Amino acid sequence: MTYTDKVVRQFAVMTVVWGIVGMAVGVLIAAQLWLPALNFDVAWLSYGRLRPLHTNAVIFAFGGSALIGTSLYVVQRTCHVRLFAEKLASFVFWGWQTVIVAAAITLPLGITQSKEYAELEWPIDLLITVVWVAYAVVFFGTIIKRRVSHIYVANWFYAAFILTIALLHIVNNLAIPVSLVKSYPIYSGAVDAMVQWWYGHNAVGFFLTAGFLAMMYYFVPKQAEGPVYSYRLSIVHFWALIAIYMWAGPHHLHYTALPDWIQSLGMVFSLILLAPSWGGMINGMMTLSGAWHKLRTDPVLKFMIVALSFYGMSTFEGPMMSIKTVNALSHYTDWTIGHVHSGALGWVAMMTIGSLYCLIPRLVGEKEMHSIRAIDLHFWISTIGVVLYISSMWIAGVMQGLMWRAFNDDGSLTYTFIETIAATKPYYVVRLAGGVLFLSGMFVMAWNVWHTMRNKQHEPVPASAPAYWGGESA
Amino acid sequence: MNSPVYQGVMLILMLIAFLGIWAWAWSRKRKDTFDHASRLPLEEDDGTVPGHEEDRN
Repeated sequence: MTYTDKVVRQFAVMTVVWGIVGMAVGVLIAAQLWLPALNFDVAWLSYGRLRPLHTNAVIFAFGGSALIGTSLYVVQRTCHVRLFAEKLASFVFWGWQTVIVAAAITLPLGITQSKEYAELEWPIDLLITVVWVAYAVVFFGTIIKRRVSHIYVANWFYAAFILTIALLHIVNNLAIPVSLVKSYPIYSGAVDAMVQWWYGHNAVGFFLTAGFLAMMYYFVPKQAEGPVYSYRLSIVHFWALIAIYMWAGPHHLHYTALPDWIQSLGMVFSLILLAPSWGGMINGMMTLSGAWHKLRTDPVLKFMIVALSFYGMSTFEGPMMSIKTVNALSHYTDWTIGHVHSGALGWVAMMTIGSLYCLIPRLVGEKEMHSIRAIDLHFWISTIGVVLYISSMWIAGVMQGLMWRAFNDDGSLTYTFIETIAATKPYYVVRLAGGVLFLSGMFVMAWNVWHTMRNKQHEPVPASAPAYWGGESA
Repeated sequence: MNSPVYQGVMLILMLIAFLGIWAWAWSRKRKDTFDHASRLPLEEDDGTVPGHEEDRN
C-alpha cells in the first residue's frame, strides 16, 4: 500500500499561490487607505469590493488550502493508511479551487451577501457545502480505516475543524434566494448579528485556531525531532478549547442592540479562553525543551516558534480586548486590524509557512528545501513585516479611540472624524510597508518551492506497517 | 433552560466532565499508549525515527 500524495502536493503548491494573490490584494487595499486614488475610479477595484476578496483569499484560499492539504498528509502518516475515496479527494481539490475562482470573480463584481467572512452568494455556498462534505468523507473515512490503534491528537483538531466549519457554514448562510446572484438571510436584526458573530468568531476558533493547532501538533514535533512536550496536556487542551470557543462570539457586539447579558457572557468566555490557548502555546513551545539550540540553525523551527509566540500574544490580546471597558476604546479602531493580523500573519501564516517548509521536501523525496538561506531570509523579512504592521496599527488604533472619545468642557467633540483619519495616515504608510515586506517573503518562498519541486520524480511512498499497542486493537 | 437549578446542575456536570478528562488523561494506565502515540509524527517515510532508532523493531 502506498500513500496518496498527489492531492497533498496540489494543495501545498496552491497554498503558496493563493498566499501571494491574497496578500497582494491586501497590499493594494492597504495602499488605497493611504492613497484612495489607487482605486483608479474603477468600481471593481474599489476598497469595499476588494476587502472581502482579500479576507476570503487569505483565509479560505491560502489558509484553507494549507489546512486541507496538510490534514490529508497528516491523517495518512499518523494512520498508516492511504486516503479513503481518492477520487473524492481529487474532487475536493478541484472543487475548492472552483470556489476560490468563483469568489475572485463575484466579489469584485459586487455580488455579496454582506456578511463578513461569509460574503459569497448562495450558489457558491452550496458548492462549498458539497466540497466540504466530500472532504469530511475522505478525512473521516481515512480515520475509520486506520491501521494504528490510537487517533493522533492532530487529527482530533482537524476533525473538530471540519465538523464545526460544516455546522457554522450551513447555519450562518441560511438564506432565501431571489435570483441567481441575490439572496436574503433568514435572520434579521440582533438575531442576524448574533448568528453572524457566532459564525465569525468560531471561524476564528475552529478554522484559524483549531486547524492550525493541528498543524502545530504534527509539524512542530516533526521539525524538532522530538515528541510533543505533554501528550496528556494536548488532550485537555483539545477538550477545553473546543468547549469554550463556541460562546465567545458576542464580544464582537459589545454596546450594540444585543442583550447585555449575552455581551457579558461572551466577555467571560473570552477571558476563560486564555487558559486553554496558553496551555496549547506552552505545549508547543516546550516541545523544544532540551533542543533550544536547534533554533540557532533551523529557520523552519524559527518560523514555528515565532508563530507560537504570536499565537500567545494574540490570545492574550483577544481576551483583553473582549473586556467591555477595553472594547469601548478599541472597537471600530485599527487596533482590531492590528490584533487580527497579529493572529493572521504572526500565527496562521507563519505556522503555515513553517509547516510547508517541513512538508514540501518530503513530498518530493527530499530531506530539506532547496535553499535554507532563503528560508532564513524569508523568516527575517516576514518577522519585520509583521512587527511593522501590528505596531503601527496598535498605535493608530489607540490614538483613534482616544481622539473619538475626547470631549471639550462644553460637551462637544474635540476632534472631527476627518481629523482622526488625517492623524492615522502616517501609520497607514508604515502598515503598507509591513504588508509589502510580508508579501515579498512569499515570493522568496515561491522561488524556493519552485526549485525544490521542479523536475522531481514522484515515487509513491509505501505506507508504514500497522501499529497496535497498549492492549488497544482495531 | 433558564431555571437557576438547571444552570447550577449544568455547571456541576461540566466541572465533573472537565475534571474527568484530566483524570483520564493523567491516569497511569494510559501513559504507555500516549508515549507511543506521541512518536507518530516523528516517523519518516523511509521507516526511520530521528533520535529513536533504538526503539524500532
